[in-house]
Amino acid sequence: MEAQEAAGRGPGANETEQAAAVTPDAGAASTGTGASATRQGAAVSGPGASEQAALTGTGVSPGAGYGPAHVLVGDIPEPDKEARHDGDAAAERARAERALDEVAADLEARGARAGGEAEEVLGAQAMMARDPGLSGEVGALVDQGVAAARAVFEAFGKYRDLLAAAGGYLGERVADLDDIRDRTIALLTGLPMPGVPATADRPFVLIAKDLAPADTALLSKEVVAAFVTEQGGPTSHTAILARAMGVPAVVGCAGATSVASGTPVLVDGAAGTVRLSPSDDEVAQARQADEARRAVLSAATGPGRTADGHAVPLLANIGGPRDLESALANGAEGVGLYRTEFLFLDRETAPTGEEQEAAYRPVFEAFPEGRVVVRTLDAGADKPLAFLPPPEEEPNPALGERGVRMFRRYPEIMAVQLGALARAAAGTSAKVQVMAPMVATVEEAEWFATACRTAGLDSPGIMIEVPSAALRAADLIRAVDFFSIGTNDLTQYALAADRQVSAVAGLQDPWHPAVLDLIALAATAATAESKGCGVCGEAAADPVLACVLVGMGVTSLSMGAPALPWVRAALGRHTLDQCRAAAAAARTATSAAAAKAAARAELPGLAALAL
Amino acid sequence: MAERKVSVTSEVGLHARPAATFVQTAAKAPFDVTVAKAGGQPVNAKSILSVLALDVRQGESIVISADGDGAEELLDQLAQIASAS
Repeated sequence: MEAQEAAGRGPGANETEQAAAVTPDAGAASTGTGASATRQGAAVSGPGASEQAALTGTGVSPGAGYGPAHVLVGDIPEPDKEARHDGDAAAERARAERALDEVAADLEARGARAGGEAEEVLGAQAMMARDPGLSGEVGALVDQGVAAARAVFEAFGKYRDLLAAAGGYLGERVADLDDIRDRTIALLTGLPMPGVPATADRPFVLIAKDLAPADTALLSKEVVAAFVTEQGGPTSHTAILARAMGVPAVVGCAGATSVASGTPVLVDGAAGTVRLSPSDDEVAQARQADEARRAVLSAATGPGRTADGHAVPLLANIGGPRDLESALANGAEGVGLYRTEFLFLDRETAPTGEEQEAAYRPVFEAFPEGRVVVRTLDAGADKPLAFLPPPEEEPNPALGERGVRMFRRYPEIMAVQLGALARAAAGTSAKVQVMAPMVATVEEAEWFATACRTAGLDSPGIMIEVPSAALRAADLIRAVDFFSIGTNDLTQYALAADRQVSAVAGLQDPWHPAVLDLIALAATAATAESKGCGVCGEAAADPVLACVLVGMGVTSLSMGAPALPWVRAALGRHTLDQCRAAAAAARTATSAAAAKAAARAELPGLAALAL
Repeated sequence: MAERKVSVTSEVGLHARPAATFVQTAAKAPFDVTVAKAGGQPVNAKSILSVLALDVRQGESIVISADGDGAEELLDQLAQIASAS
């Protein structure tokens, strides 16, 4: 009966501006274009933004999140050159000492919690904050009347210059020094602390202009209640990360960073609303709705299939062994996209074959008899690697040497990766498949398939991300075993809308009929050859779109693990014929919004899921 | 005033972990401790930033000086840290 209760809140409530309404619209990936644009248009602007009770943006990861705001600031501004204290030098010196001491103690405490190498690094940073030479400089400046914050800035400046001039290892310590300086100045001037805390007494709502992978590497659900960013769209780093973590998120939320740190904030990651200082009632209501939603979801279990029993394997997108737990907990039947970039990013040299093998084997072993689809290194464009430099400056990296193109330039990197995959696969019962990203031509597909088979990997596939590959899918499928459609890039290339440019984020919508047509072409071509065609982009994580994909002939769906229960529930409430009708209706539409509306009209079971 | 002249043998010079250990050890002394590159200006050995800024590389010689009760023992310890590889 939870289902009906949930239905009572009704679909479409998310179209309104009701801040407190938690309408679980897991169509997170597709809430873009029209609806979000108007919400953004209505969003608060002007200087009084922080006094407003609510802000709005695009909801990209459903659920309710509540906690104190933690506003991530960029650079701490340089304290005014002329800043003086009020004459009590002793008190000002003590204030500076306390601030330095607090920064050092915080670094030590974080080090102790992290342990290992991080403890050593943070301990060394703490030593810098406690440096007697530095504190002497600060004291001398304060005695001359300079305000503590300015004195700290200048004292650090002297050492900063010395280290920067030395270069090498010392030059790299400049960033550490700047971090300590900024933290100390933040304390002295009452500015919010830079950086994201890795731990918290209670989860906070992380608010930022935008988030970089470096900001979020150490975050967990225990620390972050929700994400809110001013920039970004449904496929931004924040959105993908939030869905992978199962944390609510709102992006494209104008005025968010003017919220004062510490303000209690209630985030609705489906409706895209950010409520400031909500009443206890509102928070309780949102939590209740969240629980009801979870109850509906947990009722859906087992392998993915339609109401009439058509099997659609539901797989997980993972970025490394650490994502396995969530994949298994959400009932993944295998892995549909194992991104191997994590092995390569942020390092000076390529990982060895042994190192790679050790990262692949636990994933294969986690799914005995199951499918694990590994994507070979997808470097270039937004994922540059130090040891794989592009041959020349690329004005449009997304159209440059990336994916399989980069792989062909560095055959030794490919040989090591394919060899490691073959060795790791040898000892397991998992059905290991390997696919190349960014394939555009038959020739590339054949080249990759041959390379895989030579390495002992007998099920090569390619990703369909480039429109040329979708248009000529019937030719490409003959060269390989399977397709996997990467809808994020396919949308970017079909609509000529760079994923990194937020001004064109509205075009980055996989519901666009042109994108649906390309997907249908690929799925039809694969079906004709009795081969599989999966989808592993964010589109598969949208339960409504997932039904449409199945209706177009897609044979498996792979997504961030937290979306699996949603998609499982949506598929289980519709027959294959209903999915086909929804697909046909969507493809007759002339806009993304109309396609979505047309599909929904053919999928009556969504109401029971409050989608 | 007691003094030790030692050659730094660590691959990373008097940086990173050796520097941290060196400064932590010096900081325990109740008296002043200085360190200088051979022929250079001495700096406070209890200041990690000053020691790092000396930029002592592998193979370079440093002079460690201290004056006080227990200075000899401390200098022995510091010399050992600086010359450990």
